[in-house]
Amino acid sequence: MNRPIKRSFPEDKGFILGILNNSKETLDELYRTYFPVILQFVLSNNGDEDDAKDIFQESVIVLYNKVKSGNFELSSKLKTFLYSVARRLWLKRLTHQSRNTSNISDFEEIIPVENDIEMHEERDIQFKKMEQALHQIGEPCKTILEDFYMNGRSMQEICERFGYTNADNAKNQKYKCLQRLKKLFFQGTNQIEYEK
Amino acid sequence: MKSETDMIDRIEAYLRDEMNAEERAAFDQLRRQHPGIDHQVVAHQTLMKQFEDYAAQKKLMADMEDIHASLDIARIRQEVMPEPGMVVSLWKKYQSIVSVAASVAVVAVVGTLLATGTLFNKNAHSDYNALRREMSQKINNIARSQNALIRDIKKPANSTVNPGEYGGTGFALTANGYVVTNYHVVNGSDSVYIQNTEGDSYKVRTVYVDPAYDIAILQIIDPAFKAYRSLPYTIKRSSSDLGENVYTIGFPRDEPVLGIGYLSSRTGYSGDTTAYQVSIPVNPGNSGGPLLDNRGNVIGIISGKQTQTDGAAFAIKSSYLLKAIQNIPQDSLKEKLSLSKKNTLAGLSRTDQIRKMQDYIFMVKVY
Repeated sequence: MNRPIKRSFPEDKGFILGILNNSKETLDELYRTYFPVILQFVLSNNGDEDDAKDIFQESVIVLYNKVKSGNFELSSKLKTFLYSVARRLWLKRLTHQSRNTSNISDFEEIIPVENDIEMHEERDIQFKKMEQALHQIGEPCKTILEDFYMNGRSMQEICERFGYTNADNAKNQKYKCLQRLKKLFFQGTNQIEYEK
Repeated sequence: MKSETDMIDRIEAYLRDEMNAEERAAFDQLRRQHPGIDHQVVAHQTLMKQFEDYAAQKKLMADMEDIHASLDIARIRQEVMPEPGMVVSLWKKYQSIVSVAASVAVVAVVGTLLATGTLFNKNAHSDYNALRREMSQKINNIARSQNALIRDIKKPANSTVNPGEYGGTGFALTANGYVVTNYHVVNGSDSVYIQNTEGDSYKVRTVYVDPAYDIAILQIIDPAFKAYRSLPYTIKRSSSDLGENVYTIGFPRDEPVLGIGYLSSRTGYSGDTTAYQVSIPVNPGNSGGPLLDNRGNVIGIISGKQTQTDGAAFAIKSSYLLKAIQNIPQDSLKEKLSLSKKNTLAGLSRTDQIRKMQDYIFMVKVY
């Protein structure tokens, strides 16, 4: 059972650079290289494929945030880091579902990642808060703000898409939406309902 | 109001470093003098930072979903979790003995055949042929009588029920009753109905058409329709590879018909980059049907075929379907159009996939 996966692991340095440059190829390669490792771990410890997918993707988010904040030192292998984070997250979830967490079968070495998990949890709260606030401002506000700030569409395009008579009207609408988002986001700390 | 939007514009220009030195100095001065403005700048900066983080993470998540959809999970699973069942371990143990036994058996059988002359006996062959001829004749008879039967049933039905002027295929886009088909199927229609494999038909309205991509989005507006719990398939965002095995289910007749083929070119009719060329048997009525890959991802919509060429059908790429969905003006959507994110077909055998899927594929009847 405890069979190591035979696979050549490409240079971690290349991965780090790719992550910093938001390279889609890097993400693709990262996914293909390391997902099997996490799949093996989760499947061997009372999880299914969907669990593995969730846990792996969350771990990648942790890795990305760590690399992008400039805190990632190549003292450990990328694989070790991802594996340790995924392992921690999965054990947490198992405990949360009050399932058995003794007898964990391990496949890789582990490094302590408690700090990273803690930081990730804080970020996750902010993420959910933003998601909630965007959900609450509703349409068309959500799409207008996403189009302008996330998708980089111009005011003119937004104006046409939503059928505003001129760009000034669209701009006013965007301003109102932004104010509402601001209000909801900054006061919304204690009203988060988790949608699952 | 005007001055407030101006202020936001200035703050944004300031934070994005788009001001020249003079403006910048003036604004810094303003910040120092008015704590209110300073506070606004900080709040805006925080909000934008959070918004950017949110956007980046959302994008990362979407990209990962993409990549995940393109993986062959079943194969990876096999690779990391080899489950040597009893048969496998027995096989490993007795492999050598079994192969010796098998070779002995082969030698014995061939030897016997040679010895008795059966192997080169012409008579045995002609007997076999005769038998086959008879069988095929029987089948022909059955088929002919069946055809006659179908015609008989059809004739009276035609006189009482108007079967619609044109027909095509469509499939569910969301659990709450959005359906997609080809624009050319519903073009110029008075009213459109869809009918599922059970024979229930529902009235639909046309929500959005995109003649350029030949896509039409419909919504079921029939009170008899009950929303699904969820859809079993997802729509693939990235493009698919040449040679990928694909299949489609459509309604060239009143029954769903399966067509199996492979992706034969990345471009469609005379180099159309919005479509794939697919080598798959399709007939009038297949238009608007989903083109699925082995993992049950929708990778395209069957739209047409070339008449003078063998085996060249075309399907609009799923990425253009997603693009069309994005372009729908928000106010023409009465209910939220949220696409399914979970594929429950991957890893199932094709028959199981089809069984799970056929409730979500419709015959589109246009009057």
